[in-house]
Amino acid sequence: MADLSCRIAGVKSPNPFWLASAPPTDKKYNVERAFKAGWGGVVWKTLGEDPPVVNVSSRYGAMELPGQKMMGFNNIELITDRPLELNLQEITEVKKAWPDRAVIVSLMVPCNEESWKKILKRVEVTGADGVELNFGCPHGMSERGMGSAVGQVPEYIEMVTRWCKAHTRMPVFVKLTPNITDIRGPARAAKAGGADAVSLINTINSITSVDLDVMAPRPVVGGKGTHGGYCGPAVKPIALNMVAEIGRDPQTTGIPISGIGGISDWRDAAEFMALGSTSVQVCTAAMHYGFKIVSDMTDGLNNWMDLKGYRRLEDFVGKAIPNVVNWNQLDLNFKTIAHIEQDQCIQCGLCYIACEDTSHQAISHDKKMGVSKYEVIDKECVGCNLCQLACPVDCITMIPQKTGLPYLPWTQHPNNVMRK
Amino acid sequence: MKYEEVFCDIEKPLNLKTAQIESSRCYYCYDAPCITACPTGIDIPSFVRKISNGNVKGAALDILSANVMGGTCARACPVETLCQEACVREKSEKKPVAIGQLQRFATDEYFKTGEQAFTRAPTNGIKIAVVGAGPAGLSCAHHLARLGYDITIFESRAKAGGLNEFGLAPYKLTNEFAQQEVNYILSIGGITIEYGKSLGKEITLDDLRGKFSAVFLGVGLGGNNSLGIPGEESKMVIDATRMIEKIRQTKDLSKIPVPKNVIVIGGGNTSVDIAIQMKKLGSEFVTIAYRRGRTEMGATHHEQELALTHGVQLLNWVKPVKIEADSMQFEYTQVESGKLLGTGKMITLKAEAIYKAIGQTLVSSEKVSLKNGKISVNEKFETSLSGVYAGGDCTGVGEDLTVTAVQHGKLAARSIHEKLGARKHG
Repeated sequence: MADLSCRIAGVKSPNPFWLASAPPTDKKYNVERAFKAGWGGVVWKTLGEDPPVVNVSSRYGAMELPGQKMMGFNNIELITDRPLELNLQEITEVKKAWPDRAVIVSLMVPCNEESWKKILKRVEVTGADGVELNFGCPHGMSERGMGSAVGQVPEYIEMVTRWCKAHTRMPVFVKLTPNITDIRGPARAAKAGGADAVSLINTINSITSVDLDVMAPRPVVGGKGTHGGYCGPAVKPIALNMVAEIGRDPQTTGIPISGIGGISDWRDAAEFMALGSTSVQVCTAAMHYGFKIVSDMTDGLNNWMDLKGYRRLEDFVGKAIPNVVNWNQLDLNFKTIAHIEQDQCIQCGLCYIACEDTSHQAISHDKKMGVSKYEVIDKECVGCNLCQLACPVDCITMIPQKTGLPYLPWTQHPNNVMRK
Repeated sequence: MKYEEVFCDIEKPLNLKTAQIESSRCYYCYDAPCITACPTGIDIPSFVRKISNGNVKGAALDILSANVMGGTCARACPVETLCQEACVREKSEKKPVAIGQLQRFATDEYFKTGEQAFTRAPTNGIKIAVVGAGPAGLSCAHHLARLGYDITIFESRAKAGGLNEFGLAPYKLTNEFAQQEVNYILSIGGITIEYGKSLGKEITLDDLRGKFSAVFLGVGLGGNNSLGIPGEESKMVIDATRMIEKIRQTKDLSKIPVPKNVIVIGGGNTSVDIAIQMKKLGSEFVTIAYRRGRTEMGATHHEQELALTHGVQLLNWVKPVKIEADSMQFEYTQVESGKLLGTGKMITLKAEAIYKAIGQTLVSSEKVSLKNGKISVNEKFETSLSGVYAGGDCTGVGEDLTVTAVQHGKLAARSIHEKLGARKHG
């Protein structure tokens, strides 16, 4: 039985699975249900200054694939629309009742030092374990000079982070927006401002779909729509890359990361952790299936760690970072080719048509007595993986070849006129 | 229980949501085996993908352009031995995509719109005679009507549809679907039906050949094989197809007599059809008696299971010996050196009704050449008589299925057009 206890920027939780700042963490009622289900911590839905914001009706949109709903999820909801005092009181009660769980409070106030100072003092008395600065919300709040309007300007990130560090003893997490060109800029700024950790990614600017009858983006609010924040399984690859970039950037390496972005199960979590996340935050999966999913997350991670011989999270957190390199460091002499396991092949022909129409014509199609046979033409195969990815029954294996050739990156390749 | 409930759909039709979930299981295979397995060659992956993408009209048109009776075939085809048997998911997980159900969904939804998918070309003035308003004849007529020909169908009965209307079990084709489909096919225009006209009686082939540019025979099989045993002339012995027709056509199911003990002779899908219907109507003991084992039965495994779940008994390895006043005697059989022989051991079953489902024969008084008792045709569906074509069950080409007949009609129409179209323009 592995030890799942998590410690990030001085904040402790019995497991690394936290609920991200979002509707599931807006109230004591929800948060207590989450803790009962086994979640290790929550980031309370973002608090702002009174009077509270007003939310629209019709708030979520989703992208679905055949057979899979909510592959991508989008919201146009703002920060909490409940009075500040009520939230603070509930946070106090929850933390008192659940002392072993992490309770982080997400904050977003106007960009002046006094506002931040004031709210930090009020949060401190709740007994919360830390704060998370919401520099990410891409809709509504950004029009008011908050959220991603701050997160897109590294100087502002650094400035506000510095204020917060100056005015509270609580650990400060800075939540980063992905709506920028290079995540390293905002991450470096957060570190320079003294952030104890970064959380990423926040949601991505998006229009998930268009209602072709109304001719307006979804979710439709009285005939109109607006861009929202995109999350859910579809954003995981974007989030993983950003987490890895921060993990391997010499200027930010070592800063604790709370990973966010489409995490739905223990495997997703393990991947974020392998790229340097100490804790992970979940929202869409919980909004889709309820809080119970955490049992598979803790259980699955535990079993996998046992299988791999990892006793505690530190044993594998960041373990994949050294293997994330720039393209020019990849071995151009590495060769892998596809192999179709004929016993398992069901003759759907998807590998063939994908390769024939869109790749390298490296699969042959032979039909005898009405039965098709598909085989890889080894000398034509460039090892692109397309057939393996298209195969519905996983009967295609990519087999690394022994070339006997030495490691040859682009930096040393004869075709590279810039080689050293 | 009401009769409508007794003869309701055995399988519940899909709705848009369940159809989309099921269609998402299709892998959209290249050179898909299901297409090859379909006698009409429907582009199954394409129509399934269209359902999945919410393009139900496009799906229906893909189906109907290959098979104008796609609605009936969706219900009546033994998909477990055709498209669904070939589905790669059958191979990988023994659970093929429910192609039949999806086809039914697409065509049903489309028919609800009342649209006509096809347009008839301007009439070309060429007259074609079609004999028999069953699947082969209607398919041939529809394809020729699309091309601008003027078709007259001669039908011996008072209603069109052939075996779709008279021969399929009512739980396979509910709510007058066969007639709806006939109406849809006729709505293209250019087709008139003359009812009560039998070949060799009211009309003759010579007449038709004189008056029409081409003749298509889709007469089906009107006769029934006989058992050739003592007592066969008994009143309780009825051809299964006649009984199915009686059940299908009656205005009042409560007028159908329900015998307590029923024996069905034969091992094909028709024997299952009649056995289940009698069970549903209330017969207590229904036995299908077949001279060989279950694997040799013509009824598909799916049909056999259906019979068993309806409480029908399958009695294998018995052959009919004689029929008495209220019973039937069988002799047990076994295979010895490749031959089916009686064992000498007998079994007698009580019976108030015996239905024969041992195959049908061609009734023909015309001079077209026959082969193995059926009309002989070449690959263009031409008979031995010039300008006379034939298709469907009466030809003995392929299996005796609606879907096969539809394909014959379609291909014969193409041959006719090839010949006559060339003559006209040439």
